Amino acid sequence: MKRYSAFAIAREAARYHQGWERAWSAPEPKARYDAIIVGAGGHGLATAYYLGKNFGITNVAVIEKGWLGGGNTGRNTTIIRSNYLQDPSAAIYEKARSLYETMSQDLNYNVMFSPRGVLMLAQTHHEVRGYQRTAYANALQGVKTEFIGPEKVKEICPIMNIEGPRYPVMGGLWQARGGTARHDAVAWGYARACSDMGMHILQKTEVTGVLRENGKVTGVETSRGAIGCDKLGIVVAGHSGHLAEMAGFRLPIESVALQALVSEPIKPCMDIVVMANTVHGYLSQSDKGEMVIGGGTDSYNNYTQRGSFHHIEETVRALIETFPMISRLKMLRQWGGIVDVTGDRSPILSQTPLENCFINCGWGTGGFKAIPGSGWGFAELMAKGYSPLTAEFGLDRFKEGRFIDESVAAGVAH
Amino acid sequence: MLVLTCPCCGVEADETELAAGGQAHIKRETVGASDDAFEEYMFMRENPKGVHFERWRHANGCGKWFHAARCTMTLEVFGTYTAQTYEPPADIRAAITAKRPGWSWGRFS
Repeated sequence: MKRYSAFAIAREAARYHQGWERAWSAPEPKARYDAIIVGAGGHGLATAYYLGKNFGITNVAVIEKGWLGGGNTGRNTTIIRSNYLQDPSAAIYEKARSLYETMSQDLNYNVMFSPRGVLMLAQTHHEVRGYQRTAYANALQGVKTEFIGPEKVKEICPIMNIEGPRYPVMGGLWQARGGTARHDAVAWGYARACSDMGMHILQKTEVTGVLRENGKVTGVETSRGAIGCDKLGIVVAGHSGHLAEMAGFRLPIESVALQALVSEPIKPCMDIVVMANTVHGYLSQSDKGEMVIGGGTDSYNNYTQRGSFHHIEETVRALIETFPMISRLKMLRQWGGIVDVTGDRSPILSQTPLENCFINCGWGTGGFKAIPGSGWGFAELMAKGYSPLTAEFGLDRFKEGRFIDESVAAGVAH
Repeated sequence: MLVLTCPCCGVEADETELAAGGQAHIKRETVGASDDAFEEYMFMRENPKGVHFERWRHANGCGKWFHAARCTMTLEVFGTYTAQTYEPPADIRAAITAKRPGWSWGRFS
C-alpha cells in the first residue's frame, strides 16, 4: 500500500494523478479463512483490523451484503462521546474515543476527527441531578467531563435560547474532547488497512446460511458459494436477529428505525455538538455547513430504513424553542437506519451458544462512537475467548440479571 | 404513516393516535419459573423480517388494547383483532397466508 501524504499528492499532481491505487482490493473468495466477519460496517471492519494488528490473525474475510459502510455506518450523525454512567459502558466508549484521537495517524487515512466538544443539555431538574451524578461517575472512571451552568452553556453555544418557557436550559454535561468524525472515512480507512494486511473484503456477498456441525460453526453459505472458517463473528446491527435465526439461536433484540435529517448549508454558527434528551433531538453543524439533526426511534419494530414522519415533526418542533434560528432553515434530506435495541439499551459482545461463533450487536442508537473500542474488544474476545472490555456485555447477562442499565442513565438518544 | 383499524371502536387510526405495546402472544411467567423461561418472557423477542404480531393501544381514542398482524418489511397490515385471545384467529392467519404463503412466527404458522 502506498502511503497517503503531502508528498504523494505533489507526486501525483505532477503526473496527472495516474499513480493512485485502489484503496482496497476486490478479490474472489477463498474456500476457507481463519476468521470470517459478517458485516463490513464500522464495527465489523474495526474487528478485522484489530484481529490483524493486535493478534496477527490476517487470514480473514469480511463479508458484506451491500457495499462497505453502507448501513448504519453511513447513516448516523457521527457523534463521538464517552460520558456514560455505568463503568463497563464508560470503559468501552472511552477506549473508542481515545482511539479516535489517533485514528487518522494509525490508519494513514484522514477520518477528520474533530474533538469540538459535546454538550448534553439538562432541561429539567431531574436531568440536572442525573448529569451531575454522571459527571461524578465520570471523574471516578477517568473520563473528563464536567457539569456546567446555563451561563457557561450560553457562552459555549451563543445561538441557543436558554430561557425557553417549556424547556429552559438549566445546565449541561460538557465533554470537551467529544466531537465528530467523518463516518464514511472510518469505514474506508479500516477497509484500506485491512486490505493492506491481506484480508479479503467481499462486498455484494450475502450470507444466506450458517453451516454448523456438533455445536460449532464450520462456515457460511453465501450468494458466492460456501466459505469455511474456524471462527465466525456476526456484526450486522439491525439484521442481527435474522443472522442469529440462521445460526439457530435467539437474541433479546428488537429492530426499529431511527431517523436523522440535515438542513441546507449555512455559515458556521455552532462549533460544538448539542444533545437534548428531554426533547429527543441532537444537533451539530457539518463541515459543509449543514445542520445535522438526529431524531427519535419508531415505537414499533420495522426494517424500512425510512422511519415515521411524525418523529421529525416532534424533534424539530422541540428543538426550535432551544434553537430559534433553525425555524427558518429548509431541510434538505431525511433518512433512516435500522438499529438493534436490547432490553437494557447496552450492546451485546459475546460468545454465542455455538462455541466458535461470536456476536457483536445491540448498539442501538449509539454505535458509531464505539466503533474502535468495539472492534478492539471484540477482536480480543474472538482471538482469546476473553476481553476485559467486553466481559460485562455477555449474552447471559439477561438470564442472570446483570444489566448495564443505560436506558435509565442515558434516557433516549445514546 | 402506519394506519390501523381499532377492532374495539372501528376507527381507522394513524399511528400518532396509537401507542405501540410491543410483541403479542408472550407467555407470561411467574413465581417458580426457571431462569430460561423467565429470560424468554422478559427479554427474548421475535424480531422477524416479515410477519409480526403486536399489541397496540388506541391511546388517543377509545383507550382499548388490541392486536395487529403486520409486515415489518413493507408496513403492510394484515389485520387487527381482539386482545382477548391467546393466539391469532383463523381469519387473520388466512389473510396472512394469502399474502405470505409459508409464513411462520414463534409457535404459530
